[in-house]
Amino acid sequence: MPIHVKYFASLRERMGRAEDVVDALDVDTVADVWAHVSEGLDLPGNVLVAVNMEYADPDHPVKDGDEVAFFPPITGG
Amino acid sequence: MHAELRDSGFDPWGEVQRYQDEQLGCAGRYGATAVFVGTMREFNEGDTVHAMTLEHYPGMTERHLRYIGEEAARRWDILDSLIIHRIGEVRPNDPIVLVAVWSAHRAAAFEACRYLMEELKSRAPFWKKEELEKGARWVEKNTPGY
Repeated sequence: MPIHVKYFASLRERMGRAEDVVDALDVDTVADVWAHVSEGLDLPGNVLVAVNMEYADPDHPVKDGDEVAFFPPITGG
Repeated sequence: MHAELRDSGFDPWGEVQRYQDEQLGCAGRYGATAVFVGTMREFNEGDTVHAMTLEHYPGMTERHLRYIGEEAARRWDILDSLIIHRIGEVRPNDPIVLVAVWSAHRAAAFEACRYLMEELKSRAPFWKKEELEKGARWVEKNTPGY
């Protein structure tokens, strides 16, 4: 099963797409997922990460079927 | 405890009344209702804002609104809480968010209402994109609440 990657708001616009799919065999952590989808760009310091809709750190492990999301600081309310 | 997203305009005052009349299961037991309403301004960072689009993360946003409601109920002696948050396009003077809390005495209602609003702003994934005279701009951060 693949890992589903999502981007939101300004980060989605910067990436030029809302989603990616990554083969779980290629990645161990959120940081690996980012490296894979961003072609080596550093993860911007203010970008937030969620794994399966829970906030997570870049060193959080990922596995088959996970949903990993990257998004800018939140501005609701 | 209830939290929901709305993709069209809502009347926060009518929502409080309706919830109190129809869903609140504590009639006769609450002595305090604290209400916060966030409304769209026509200005931000020195610019006129004509409209704004509220984006969210379907599933995660609802989940984290539920979490903060549960957390408030653990931390304070409250009887019930209601959160309604807009998504989609809003215009100046449109309500964006409603937070209401019912408790027996005022301290818990005031404090939990403030907590819910601040936690919503720091934990619930929403993003605002403003329409200005010179084009669109993502809001990059919230103003401090304290």
